[in-house]
Amino acid sequence: MQALYAQLLVGLINGSFYALLSLGLAVIFGMLNIINFAHGALYMMGAFVAYFLLNLGGINYWWALLLAPIIVGIFGMILERTMLQWLTGLDHLYGLLLTFGIALIVQGVFQNYFGSSGLPYAIPDQLRGGMNLGFMFLPVYRGWVVIFSLVVCIATWFLIEKTRLGAYLRAATENPTLVRAFGINVPRMITLTYGLGVGLAALAGVLSAPINQVRPLMGADLIIVVFAVVVIGGMGSIMGSIITGFALGVIEGLTKYFYPEASNTVVFVLMVLVLLVKPTGLTGRAA
Amino acid sequence: MTALTDDTLPMTPRAMRDEMIVFVVMALLLAAVPFTGVYPFFVMQALCFALLACAFNLLIGYGGLLSFGHAMFMGTAGYCSAHALKVWALPPELGVLVGIAAAFGLSLITGYISIRRQGIYFSMITLALSQLLYFIYVQAPFTHGEDGIQGIPQGHMFGVLDLSKPTVLYYVVLVGFLAGFLLIYRIINSPFGEVLKSIRENEPRAISLGYRTDQYKFLAFVLSGTLAGFAGALKVFVAQNASLTDVHWSMSGEVVLMTLVGGLGTIFGPVVGAFAIIAMQQYLAGFGQWVTVIQGSIFVVCVLTFRRGVVGEIAHYFRRSL
Repeated sequence: MQALYAQLLVGLINGSFYALLSLGLAVIFGMLNIINFAHGALYMMGAFVAYFLLNLGGINYWWALLLAPIIVGIFGMILERTMLQWLTGLDHLYGLLLTFGIALIVQGVFQNYFGSSGLPYAIPDQLRGGMNLGFMFLPVYRGWVVIFSLVVCIATWFLIEKTRLGAYLRAATENPTLVRAFGINVPRMITLTYGLGVGLAALAGVLSAPINQVRPLMGADLIIVVFAVVVIGGMGSIMGSIITGFALGVIEGLTKYFYPEASNTVVFVLMVLVLLVKPTGLTGRAA
Repeated sequence: MTALTDDTLPMTPRAMRDEMIVFVVMALLLAAVPFTGVYPFFVMQALCFALLACAFNLLIGYGGLLSFGHAMFMGTAGYCSAHALKVWALPPELGVLVGIAAAFGLSLITGYISIRRQGIYFSMITLALSQLLYFIYVQAPFTHGEDGIQGIPQGHMFGVLDLSKPTVLYYVVLVGFLAGFLLIYRIINSPFGEVLKSIRENEPRAISLGYRTDQYKFLAFVLSGTLAGFAGALKVFVAQNASLTDVHWSMSGEVVLMTLVGGLGTIFGPVVGAFAIIAMQQYLAGFGQWVTVIQGSIFVVCVLTFRRGVVGEIAHYFRRSL
């Protein structure tokens, strides 16, 4: 039973990363109509920025949690301003290809300087150790990751669905010309939205740094699973991304316990099954 | 949404004549390779990738469908051909057929699943499917995991052509490539190809004209996947191995890059693109990981400034279809 709970916890943690990443993808897709293939590379940058902050600047985990998303988010906004915005009105496949190119560049540069092996990042002192919950031993840091990502996801959902800024954002997604006529700076909103989505990816990167090692390709493999998560959930709703992300993480964890051979493939197999029954995905609108 | 490609020129006899001239020049140049100092192994490898890119281009350039998992057809055909040749000891021609059949079966299944979604969803589904296959091949016993299938016997094709001789192998690969290329050319210029182009330009209109567009796209997917499998089966004879790199999704990215550099939706573009990228990898191998950075930069530059690709720009400049 201990092993089952442990795998469930691993599943929840992976689910947190899936949720944060697919949430960012959904936000970006909504505004820019681009599937951000660079998302995995930006997640990796988040982890590396945290690593640099600690080892070069002596800046601790808590500040990294705030600073890394901002730094990577600004990097993302520069990308949007210098490249992505030129693709407005073109077939969205070009956005996929451009962000794929950006991902190759970023990952290639990091691989050159850091090889393919991982760098360690220590768990902050305050979150060391564990709690005995009676039925299982819970490492504090892992519990923290799950709760913190859940809070961030809900906050993002609240920002987009319940605030005035979110309302502008949703309106601009529906009809940018009209929103512009109301005197709202739509291009700036697009840039900020891209920054927000990228920041969420970087945040996931910082959270994952103490658990997984900091590696140049840490995002490359993850992003394909996240794409499968997105296909399963569809990108119809923000809440849909969050729920699908967590749920698939848990299902993956359960598979690791009951039938480990399939743990790498279960998300993809689920994707196939969902597509056969419901081609638009679980919460998706028609493309 | 604007169109992916730029070949709105009508199919006139002159255009057809231009294309045939370029084709004959290409075939003659390639046939002359063994008499020049060029390393034939490099050209053979490039020919396999060129065929793969042409097959891929049939789908994106003419059907408007960006498959991001096309390596799965090449890789699967490669593994199946390699297994048939080495373990079942089949003659080369049957080995190739086994690979093509495997790619055909796989494209039926993956096409059925993926064709129901459009645009980027289609791309993500093909990508995820190829990653699913990748994990299966990592674990499946017959692929030998990380080692791959090594030391594949080349044998005698049709009992007479000794494929262990480099020149014989070269001409067999060249004939395979030219046959595949002509088949794709024929498909593009058939009524089926015309319907495909109309779907790419305006799918709702094609539907309103009474075409069952899903069936056309599905058929294009299966043709493209099967031809990609043919490329993979040929590559087994050149490389004499089948390994995980051929099924990994980064290979699918390379195929996209080749087609993009050469020109999406042009007939000769994928060939030029494949030769350019393979040459680049060959000569820049010493730069290690910088090759990835360079490839990424080419992606970015192509998408931002150079969307027609090499052949597409030339064709546009001379106002010809190539």
